[in-house]
Amino acid sequence: MILSSLVFVPLLGMIIVMCLPKDKFNAIRWTSLLVSLIPMFASFWLTWDYFFNYSGSAAFAYVVGPYNWIPSLNIQYYMGVDGISIPMLFLTGLLSTLSLLASFGINNRVKEYFAFFLLLEAGMMGVFVALDFFLFYVFWEVMLVPMYFLIGVWGGPRKEYAAIKFFLYTLFGSIFMLVAILIMYFTSEPHSLNMVTLLDHGPMMSHTLQMVCFIFFFIAFAIKVPVWPFHTWLPDAHVEAPTAVSVILAGVLLKMGTYAMLRINWPMFPQALRELSFWIAVLGVIAIIYGALVSMAQKDLKKLVAYSSVSHMGYCMMALAAVSSVSAIAGCMFQMVSHGLITGALFVLVGVLYDRAHTREIAAFGGLGAKVPVYTGIMVLFSMAALGLPGMSGFVSEFMIFVGAFGALNKVLVGISVLGVVLGATYMLRMVQNVFLGEFNMARWGGLTDINLREIISVAPLAVLTVVIGVYPKPLTQLMTATLEHLVSLMAR
Amino acid sequence: MDFTLPQYDPFRMLPEIFMLLWALWVFTYDLITKRQKEAAVGYMALIGPAVPLLFIVFYLTGLLPESWRYGGSGFGAMFFNDTTAMFFKIVFLGAAIMAIGSSFGITKQKIVNHRGEFYGLLLFSTLGMMFLASSNELLTLYIGLELTTIPLFVLAAFFKDDKLSVEAGVKYFVIGAFSSALLLYGMSFLYGLSGTTGLVQMKMNMAVVFLSYRDIGVILLGGIVLLVAGVGFKLALPPFHQWAPDVYEGSPTPIAAFLSVGSKAAGLVAFGKIFVNGLMAFFGPEQAPNDWGMLVGLLAILAMVIGNVVAIRQTNIKRMLAYSSIAQAGYIMIGMVVLNEHGMASVAYYIFAYMFANMGAFAAVAIFEDQTGSCQIEDYKGLAKTSPVFAVSLSLFLLSLVGIPPLAGFLAKYKVFAAAISMATVDPSASWLYWLVGVGVLTAVFSLFYYANVMRLMFFSNEEPRHKITYSVPALCVLLLGLAGIVVFGIYAEPILKLVRTIPADFGLYIP
Repeated sequence: MILSSLVFVPLLGMIIVMCLPKDKFNAIRWTSLLVSLIPMFASFWLTWDYFFNYSGSAAFAYVVGPYNWIPSLNIQYYMGVDGISIPMLFLTGLLSTLSLLASFGINNRVKEYFAFFLLLEAGMMGVFVALDFFLFYVFWEVMLVPMYFLIGVWGGPRKEYAAIKFFLYTLFGSIFMLVAILIMYFTSEPHSLNMVTLLDHGPMMSHTLQMVCFIFFFIAFAIKVPVWPFHTWLPDAHVEAPTAVSVILAGVLLKMGTYAMLRINWPMFPQALRELSFWIAVLGVIAIIYGALVSMAQKDLKKLVAYSSVSHMGYCMMALAAVSSVSAIAGCMFQMVSHGLITGALFVLVGVLYDRAHTREIAAFGGLGAKVPVYTGIMVLFSMAALGLPGMSGFVSEFMIFVGAFGALNKVLVGISVLGVVLGATYMLRMVQNVFLGEFNMARWGGLTDINLREIISVAPLAVLTVVIGVYPKPLTQLMTATLEHLVSLMAR
Repeated sequence: MDFTLPQYDPFRMLPEIFMLLWALWVFTYDLITKRQKEAAVGYMALIGPAVPLLFIVFYLTGLLPESWRYGGSGFGAMFFNDTTAMFFKIVFLGAAIMAIGSSFGITKQKIVNHRGEFYGLLLFSTLGMMFLASSNELLTLYIGLELTTIPLFVLAAFFKDDKLSVEAGVKYFVIGAFSSALLLYGMSFLYGLSGTTGLVQMKMNMAVVFLSYRDIGVILLGGIVLLVAGVGFKLALPPFHQWAPDVYEGSPTPIAAFLSVGSKAAGLVAFGKIFVNGLMAFFGPEQAPNDWGMLVGLLAILAMVIGNVVAIRQTNIKRMLAYSSIAQAGYIMIGMVVLNEHGMASVAYYIFAYMFANMGAFAAVAIFEDQTGSCQIEDYKGLAKTSPVFAVSLSLFLLSLVGIPPLAGFLAKYKVFAAAISMATVDPSASWLYWLVGVGVLTAVFSLFYYANVMRLMFFSNEEPRHKITYSVPALCVLLLGLAGIVVFGIYAEPILKLVRTIPADFGLYIP
């Protein structure tokens, strides 16, 4: 029940918001914020309860169904969560509410904005709880539509281009997934779309078809992550999207790719995975280095953060390629969570600056540290977290990934990837230096105001979590160890 | 020789008889009211398809008393009410209702003196489709097809003073007559080979002829090519599609809608009956040559590619929808070449979902055209601000045509691709179906581009739009009907899916 409510409360909220009068901006804002509090607290409670009651086993908890939805096609309404979906639900619940809070500045077509946002939240929640392929696909696709509109209506100057590029790219990916799902369905005996039974049985198809399905699923998810060379939609979407949408994009949408790999792609086709894991690791390492190098060259603050996402998600891909190592996979989960927290916060902060300065050009700033000290402090904190300073969540995840991957993967490859950490420090520190240190342009930025309370509230939880996970990662590890061990054993089939 | 007269059972034909009488009554009603009644003629015409629709739905849901022997065959084997016939009749009647509902605007403004003829001909055309769906042999099939298209020639040219409309009428007439001739010629080949026009008998005779002589290939191939061309014209399947955009653009919008759904569905039924049923033996792996399956698969690929690519360049929304409907026909043909228990079922569900989405989209276009006189996509700019209901519904129709879940259009595409893959995974000789699916899914991504373009214009622009849409009651009802269709049958599709499951059995594809 509680899982269904995660999906349907935002949907209900969307309907309520659509019924509100168009010009009652505050009513719309507060309604959507209050509605989003319900799934947020539900996801918190789920995390809490799962941690104490279910984290010992890999079985799915809070299972809804399976109920027959479309019996003639064997489509079921089936939901459940385990150790890898719980952190994602937590992240989704938290970031949705925070980005709704960060969206209060939207003054143009408010009603549509919040309605689309709640639809987006419903879709995201659905992806992380669905255990039926059809249901999963429905949520996966449903999300594209509000995202298209959110970027296209409220985005920056090249919004139309970015919106359609995002939509086309992701639809292109998901259509591959659809074909792979159908092949899985018709080769399984009895025909089933139920992820749990399909997982238990393992693939029941020829080797060629396994490779085809694996690659199709991989393309679908890799576009979402995005893995180099499928990443080109990301910078455009990020730069043009409004702040809150960027937060969701970086914090939740990208994780769907890695989550789905871990849920579907990896354990269902272990043989294909083993044959291709080297090349997946190569793609990951390319993403790490390439993303970092491109970030260094960016003049636009938001683009810098966007490309740093490519680099950070590259770590996830490399970790996922180390199939035999629980530590690497756990590192990947940590990286997903911590990247969600850190990059989400960075996008909010970039948005805060942009709202005041109306530019994101790094070179235009300098010496802001004296003028906006609180903002500078928070921004520097998250920059340090992003470059992997010990004591922050970014460090924990990168450390776990390197430890795991070094044992399981080609050592030269992992050696190259470590360079990414150095490069990461370079672009982050250069950004900090150019924006906050150095000479202050009094004439231009004299009127700049510091970050306000609402904005602080929307990043404070992220800062706390970043530090808490960085200092004491054990609860998160405990939460997912059983599930990860089970997954690794499935991948070893 | 004993000769028994075939059994005449008018019960089998009740809906058709009603339609015929009602069409005549609509003509008469307009005349005896001295053409003074505006909307009343339209409402009167709505009863025409509504009553048979309710009748069939009641029959299918078991609400009719057992003594009303509606299902089964009557009039010898000439007229047959199986699930296929009833299901497609629902589609035709639904399309007719939605077309009539969106015609209230033009009959108010433009067609002031011929309302009765307009609606009456529409009903006649629907009647032809219904006969076609019930036909079980080539001659009734042909007559049904002619009764479908001849009224449509007139309807396409209904704006007598409009050059484009007259062009549409003439073009459609020439193409239609030509394709009918091809079809007849092709049928004569089949008759020559099998000595019968009954489809089931033909199937058996052809197999015998093939087994005894073996080298009937050339004649059969000639017949197949002619038939594919003949039906291909009706379906606007490339390379026989060139007429469609011009005709859609010129004809009154509700007629274009009816052409794109009703007449397409009629072509599908004809195709299914001739090929899937009559020529099934010449498809399967044992009979080797795959005579028509791959040919039609190729046309499907052409349809999906040409339709979706050319639609991107269109500036007139009716032309865009014309190309989109060409592409949609391509997707439907994927299901058609799958000769197992999923194939025809997916075709039926596809056309059902397509009916709601496409009639809805055309209804929206008609509403817009009635008020602004424009069909340019550019003019839809900013509509989301002044007319959110209009913009949201048109967007949903288009998203359903793309195939975004949970709308019905997605389930339709899902079923079609599923059908193809179900055959490809079990039968190695059918692995070319994978390529068909591949082209299908890739072109579906292209299609998003032009559908999304309309949404982009309606939503993304922050300028104040020039137009504000107001709705007449029937037009709004059509919009809502379409919306209800794509949403309800996307989420709760089970009743329809249950119904279409028996359809492949009607084509002899498996024994239930």
